[in-house]
Amino acid sequence: MSAIDWDLVRSSLWPLGRELLRGTLPLTAVSFTLGLALAVLVALMRLSGNRLISAPARAYVSVIRGTPLLLQLFIIFFGLPSLGVTIDPWPSAIIGLSLNVGAYASEAVRGAILAVPRGQWEAAMTVGMGRVTTLRRVVLPQAARIAVPSLSNTLISLVKDTSLVAVVTVTELLRQAQIIAGQTFEYFTLYGVAAVYYWVVSLVLSFGQTRLETRLSRHVAA
Amino acid sequence: MSTPLLEARGLVKSFGANHVLRGIDVQVPAGSVTCLIGPSGSGKTTVLRSLNGLETPEAGTVRIGDVELDWAARPDARAVSRLRGQSGMVFQAHNLFPHLTVLDNVISGPVFAQGRPSAQAQEEARALLTRVGLADKADAYPVQLSGGQQQRVGIARALATKPQVVLFDEPTSALDPELVGEVLRVMQSLAADGWTMVVVTHELRFARQVADQVLFLDGGVVVEHGPPSEVLVEPREARTRQFLQRLLDPL
Repeated sequence: MSAIDWDLVRSSLWPLGRELLRGTLPLTAVSFTLGLALAVLVALMRLSGNRLISAPARAYVSVIRGTPLLLQLFIIFFGLPSLGVTIDPWPSAIIGLSLNVGAYASEAVRGAILAVPRGQWEAAMTVGMGRVTTLRRVVLPQAARIAVPSLSNTLISLVKDTSLVAVVTVTELLRQAQIIAGQTFEYFTLYGVAAVYYWVVSLVLSFGQTRLETRLSRHVAA
Repeated sequence: MSTPLLEARGLVKSFGANHVLRGIDVQVPAGSVTCLIGPSGSGKTTVLRSLNGLETPEAGTVRIGDVELDWAARPDARAVSRLRGQSGMVFQAHNLFPHLTVLDNVISGPVFAQGRPSAQAQEEARALLTRVGLADKADAYPVQLSGGQQQRVGIARALATKPQVVLFDEPTSALDPELVGEVLRVMQSLAADGWTMVVVTHELRFARQVADQVLFLDGGVVVEHGPPSEVLVEPREARTRQFLQRLLDPL
């Protein structure tokens, strides 16, 4: 008996692919978008000279980076109901993943903002821009380019981290593979197909990263 | 004598124990060119950057037109930016925005900061680019230009907000020697057009030909000031003579 059941591979391609499209990818897209917005906010808070603003941001990053994502999902879905807060599976998953992305990406965004030369701020101020306009028009566009490699890492990690939300009863790619494997006992085959799906997604994203880096580096000296 | 357009009095500033400005007075009449010269560490760049609040002096006043700031009263960011709005600045390292085209660099002040209509700002920006000899580079990005061209864009950007005074911080010091002339010629023609300019520079020939007054700074004080024919040709102070001698004959 061979380790791989090719008929099962073919017949599970669509059930697994469907959960990739219905679960994994939307979870990734929504959590990354929300997480990135959070990351910019947190990065700006950490850069504030006001301790009342920077301290909560620092605490948030410390807690999220210092505890397992799996545990954070448990707390949101199973822990909060004891405090009277009940959140549905999908929102729980998105909150957990977004908070996670927000913490990790905020460090990348903060580093990128700090990497924009001081002279850019000064030039913007001397043509009359205030802090907000300078950030929006001058600093963040340049910081984005600097942050792309590290944000791409965060995104690719996120694709794989979505597999953890099976524990809060959200069905996505890995959960679906578990379900079919449980019925057929073909663990190697099903988990192998799931692994290939994850890998292909991260290949596509890596390719996108390279294209984006090239595009954003157009106007920058080598 | 009429009131000068720009007037700084008693500027004092220290970085830790290092007293960089020890009571500086500057008066700049409208339409005149003032050159600040002096050895490195003399405080000349700090003086210039105090005129638009990029540095924060501990004491002293700066007035441009009818906008006055008393540094000792710890002005808030809004007051500083009001003063800053009276001048434009050209940096040693040009500090162009690398992600914007030449044209967008020039309209960045008028459009992003002053909120003026883009079409009108573009028209004026193209006129300014023609003025600095770069009409054909409007759609280029800064990285595609030579150092001299980048600096001329920097000048156009500084003029675009229609400032009362243009501040130049060693505008040619970072340039290859053969590119210095094209920048100085643009500055010379601006002076001829009546722009009020304050220039920190090591270009003595420029100072002699274009400046209306020269201030020689050393150790955080104005050692000597007057028309270039006096300060640069027949300096009264030994320190000024020494400095000029070193510039003329570095060996």
